[in-house]
Amino acid sequence: MNMPAEPKAPEKQEEKNPVSRRDFLNEIAGGALTIAGLGAAVVTVKYASPNVLFEPPTTFRAGSPDDYPVNSVTYLQDQQVYVVRTDRGMWAMSAVCTHLGCITQWKPDSSQIACPCHGSKFQRTGGVEAGPAPRPLPHFSLVLGEDGTLVVDKLEVVMETEILKV
Amino acid sequence: MATTDWTHQRLEQLRQTRVWRSIFRRGPARTNRTRSLAVFGNFALHTLPVKVREKSLSVRATYYLGSISFFLFVVLTITGVLLMFYYHPAVPDAYRDMKDLIYVVSNGVFLRNLHRLAAHAMVVAVFWHMFHVFYRGGYKPPHEFNWVIGVGLLMVTLFLSYTGYLLPWDQLAFWAITVGTNIISYVPVLGRPIRFLLLGGHIIGQNALLRFYVLHCVILPLAAVGLIGMHFWRIQKDGGITVRDDHE
Repeated sequence: MNMPAEPKAPEKQEEKNPVSRRDFLNEIAGGALTIAGLGAAVVTVKYASPNVLFEPPTTFRAGSPDDYPVNSVTYLQDQQVYVVRTDRGMWAMSAVCTHLGCITQWKPDSSQIACPCHGSKFQRTGGVEAGPAPRPLPHFSLVLGEDGTLVVDKLEVVMETEILKV
Repeated sequence: MATTDWTHQRLEQLRQTRVWRSIFRRGPARTNRTRSLAVFGNFALHTLPVKVREKSLSVRATYYLGSISFFLFVVLTITGVLLMFYYHPAVPDAYRDMKDLIYVVSNGVFLRNLHRLAAHAMVVAVFWHMFHVFYRGGYKPPHEFNWVIGVGLLMVTLFLSYTGYLLPWDQLAFWAITVGTNIISYVPVLGRPIRFLLLGGHIIGQNALLRFYVLHCVILPLAAVGLIGMHFWRIQKDGGITVRDDHE
């Protein structure tokens, strides 16, 4: 009956709408799902990063300077920190190996700090002498408090040249 | 003789029952067609091929390394779930629970050692499986995608092994994870954030133990089950394993 009209109708519609309704809705749905998926990923990563941490304080008191004889390296086990005193003054230094995080040991016989894990060796100023350690042991801020005790802040890394004159 | 006949008869009667027929709808697998239908229609078997080349069943074709890996995974799942009855992923408890499993819990030391040894064996089996498939050319078309799934399974196996290492919460565990997570922090740009996310903090403490526990007992096993299912199914879809002509 109206056979010739049939092929004409979709042709006309295609001219009007180069994107079909189905494709349009599919793309909207796909885009919405992608955005929701990315949002969920971001929110999940955020959720997995804790905002409050119950970790030991990074600032601590390290006694009086008189506790440390001249030309000594003292390891404070609870804090994993060395307090070094020479005739030039004092400094505090991390005892954590800069290679992969093992705890180093002061060897008085060879006047070296040695890591048991992969054999890195450091000077008592923290400089790397041997082994795979990529960086020197970091020095921490060491100040004399008002009451005459030493205060170390492990979050504040200072230059090797900053030495506390006692 | 009479007893076997009797057993056969009872078995035949059992097969005629409504309950049996509701579970196994295909009837006895006596011809190639009904055998195929039995495999297609069985949930446990449907990922496996209906027919294999006889060569691919010989010991030298595979040394059954994939099957051994899967068997060890099943052993690890069962022993691991049983260990979870006594283990708390909390900081003072974890080490004591591990010691209790060794000295106090009945057969605890057996389960713990079975879990530990099966874990070591699974790492060996998975690596051996990978080398064997590699030297057989099993990564070549049409098996490329299954090779990639296999690499994913190797990674999951290694992560399972690594996360399980922290759970005894002894010195070995602590320092191994210290070194391992410091290796991660060498990754450019993303290294430190990844370490922070993995440990749930800056130090290896309660958060890290709980995260490793959840990864070890839930996330990684689920990933492994998904990948294993796909790995088995792809063997069939890729037309069976690679066999060498000189291995009869």
